[in-house]
Amino acid sequence: MKKRDEEAVNKGRRGFCKFVLLGTCSLIIPGAAFGVTQKKPAAGAWYGTTYKPTEHLYGMGIQVDRCIGCGRCVDACKKENNVPDEPFYFRTWVERYVIAEDGEVTVDSPNGGRDGFKGPISEKRVLKSFFVPKICNQCEKPPCVQVCPVGATYKTQDGVILVDPEWCVGCRYCIQACPYGMRFLHPKTRTAEKCTFCYHRIVKGLNPACVEVCPTQARVFGELGKIASPLSRFRRVNKISVLKPHLNTEPKVFYADLDMEVR
Amino acid sequence: MDNVSANLYPLLKQVVGYIFPNEIELHWNLLIVVYPYITGLVAGAFILASLVKVFKVREVQPTYRLSLLTALAFLIVAPLPLVVHLGHPERGFEMFLTPSTSSAMAMFGFVYAWYLMFVLLLEIWFDYRHDLVVRASTEKGLKRLLYRVLSLFSHDISMKAVLFDKKAVNIITIIGIPSAFLLHGYVGFIFGSVKANPWWSSVLMPIVFLFSAIVSGIALMLLIYMIVSLVRKMEPDMACLDKLASFLFYMMIVDFALEGLDFVHRVYQSEESIQILSQLISQRLFVSLVVLQLLLGMLVPLFTIGATKVFRPPDELRRLIYFISALLVQLGIFTTRWNVVMGGQLFSKSFRGLTAYKITLGGLEGLLVSLGFLILPFLILFILIRVLPPWGEFEEEASQ
Amino acid sequence: MTGCLPATILDAMSEEPRNNSVLKLWRKIPEQVRHLLVPCVIILGGSLVARHFFVPSDFGLYGHYRASSVVQNAEREIKFAGSAACSDCHDAEVAKKKSGYHQGVSCEACHGPAAAHTQDPENVKPYVPRARSHCLLCHEYQSSRPTGFPQVVADSHNPVKPCITCHQPHDPKPPQVPKGCDACHAKIQRVIAVSRHANVQCTICHETDKQHSVLPRQHPPKTPQTRELCGGCHAQDAKSDKEIPRVNMNSHGEKHLCWECHYPHMPEAH
Repeated sequence: MKKRDEEAVNKGRRGFCKFVLLGTCSLIIPGAAFGVTQKKPAAGAWYGTTYKPTEHLYGMGIQVDRCIGCGRCVDACKKENNVPDEPFYFRTWVERYVIAEDGEVTVDSPNGGRDGFKGPISEKRVLKSFFVPKICNQCEKPPCVQVCPVGATYKTQDGVILVDPEWCVGCRYCIQACPYGMRFLHPKTRTAEKCTFCYHRIVKGLNPACVEVCPTQARVFGELGKIASPLSRFRRVNKISVLKPHLNTEPKVFYADLDMEVR
Repeated sequence: MDNVSANLYPLLKQVVGYIFPNEIELHWNLLIVVYPYITGLVAGAFILASLVKVFKVREVQPTYRLSLLTALAFLIVAPLPLVVHLGHPERGFEMFLTPSTSSAMAMFGFVYAWYLMFVLLLEIWFDYRHDLVVRASTEKGLKRLLYRVLSLFSHDISMKAVLFDKKAVNIITIIGIPSAFLLHGYVGFIFGSVKANPWWSSVLMPIVFLFSAIVSGIALMLLIYMIVSLVRKMEPDMACLDKLASFLFYMMIVDFALEGLDFVHRVYQSEESIQILSQLISQRLFVSLVVLQLLLGMLVPLFTIGATKVFRPPDELRRLIYFISALLVQLGIFTTRWNVVMGGQLFSKSFRGLTAYKITLGGLEGLLVSLGFLILPFLILFILIRVLPPWGEFEEEASQ
Repeated sequence: MTGCLPATILDAMSEEPRNNSVLKLWRKIPEQVRHLLVPCVIILGGSLVARHFFVPSDFGLYGHYRASSVVQNAEREIKFAGSAACSDCHDAEVAKKKSGYHQGVSCEACHGPAAAHTQDPENVKPYVPRARSHCLLCHEYQSSRPTGFPQVVADSHNPVKPCITCHQPHDPKPPQVPKGCDACHAKIQRVIAVSRHANVQCTICHETDKQHSVLPRQHPPKTPQTRELCGGCHAQDAKSDKEIPRVNMNSHGEKHLCWECHYPHMPEAH
């Protein structure tokens, strides 16, 4: 009697397990198929039709000898892009290099150069001194995009590296991976942020804010691969360098007259 | 002005030389130091467990189940500092939804999931299944339900089934060893693959991480076994302790050799970053690297355990030496993690300056939370030991 | 548990398999593994289902990112209108600026972001800088600034007076044409002033068009192209002051121009 009951119970158990197994399978297969196939197009129909990103590849040229260190670019960038005012968050900044006659190099960037530069920083006899504007290099092989775990930072089809603040988890791997120190974590949104070449301006045919306000045209904005672009002339006429070329990030910000001391 | 910015102003005064303006805020701080420390303990404890099953080192058998439970307790806690550290912890699951295959961090999520599910939990389940089924039939009420659920309602404890369990454990352990290597080697790769940072970027990084993990895991098991024996008012098996200390000794030699190789290699090649890195060590990392990591955390335990091998002091003295050495090793490995994670951020990528870091006491990324994460695994281990006793207690009970 | 299922289903499921090979295989698997498969399948299956619900539908359209994020980035608010926008209404100022020294300075470099002004010109006015400190942002003398860029030492150049008193910002001609070279080339002047060439006039070596003071880039000065220029004072037989050092012009650096080795602004600096 007991053994038969036990057998029945065992059968019942086996049956139950089978039921659960079959039931879950029947949910999964359509669910998986569903998940793999769907891809809806983006909102904002003008993007991709009126403005075709595949027809552009943006870059910037910086003529170091023209920079006067006035900091208008830093100020304009902060205003255009709502960057926090504190001196810890910069999408672009200006550095001052003072090279003494004995070769010693002193560098500073007070508040990113936003209020200009005041006073000497080296006691020694100066051999030469200059300003270097810095900006996200919008690399063709961006290490920041490579390390983002969730696809919250990406390279657009027109060559600009952007951040998706609604998807970014704030892990800060991209900030660690950028060799140029260009990224920061926004204190309010807690997501990564950086220079976007003023993407919202360039797709409408305007210049980035920093290029717009530079009084000496030290910053030249244009497109690679287009003969008519100011950037083409810039690259043809000048001896071009990029920052940290040995890291093979292929920056799209080209420097003319860059001194070897600049990192 | 928000809290983060307010804390950064005083740091401006402590900057030496020139740093890029955004670098004043250190991003991977105490929580990210705790995380590789914890995963290292997991890998180390598991490797120790595998010594019993795969390499048939009989002497450390008393620590087998304890090691597995310790690994599980620490593995459960391991992702917590990461999640808490995220700017948006509620979006953390995105790493499983849209992982970028080029990102070591994203892939690590899967390595972690694989290791948790298919190595550790599976091995523990197969090893304990027989005992769980027995307990399920002898216990009453809520406990009975707990054990039935834990055994996944299985009830076959015939010889054939138990033999199958043992075979499964062996196979899983064999798979588990490279998985444990992958688990913690991957953490090393997350740092070692960052070409922007010359302090981190190194081929040796995953290897050094792994071996220091094994060292810390063995030292942890040494400590836990001694403490647990003390609590149970039982004598720890001296042969087991000696073997553990022996493994610790040899692993420390390997670890020391690897770290020494890294150092010699850097100094010999003398690349561009050598100047700022020497400044980093002498100005920012002197105490944590030279005094804590090298001297107290490596050399002192090496010499004291080595001395026990040469001089063969009596049991009690050996136990004391093992205990203190294991504690020093924990300190040493923790400061190793600190030196790697913080050291990499304390110098500027301009190679022209050093920045500073101030630990806060409270706050989500403060000292108290980190201490909490370090203590939590022990609480979980306590619960695990109660639910899944590593000793044959119920066998004793059943026979009474 | 099993009691809640209809009897028919239970009977159907618990029947012994007769010719069903899948079920035979199923029974071959050890009992514990069969029990293990249930949570495994639930977890794996559950994650696949979760993917469908939680991955945004436009993810992956252009690349490994949310396609709508590009559009969101492209549709941010514009704050700087761009100088082209100013010429729509302010042709007088634009015309004045077009040929002056500030032709390369965009309106918003001084007046700040003006896109809001273009949307509502009557009620939103851009900033109008009138203080001395504003002009000094660019024009205060700093040794790091490139030579030739017009700079003044604020403390000695009409101190306290607002710059706009004498300089019209849209066409900032100096009230008088600068007489000396040091008005713009102050750094070089400072270097020469403590050198052995302190008494040498700039124009002795640099042939300069008078228009250079007015339109500097269009009429740049020349640099000496002959050795004879320096030889005028430094040759063995030159009729110059006895203290000036002499060299044999035929053998001393014969293939080079003198300033290719010697820095004329601070010759033989220690």
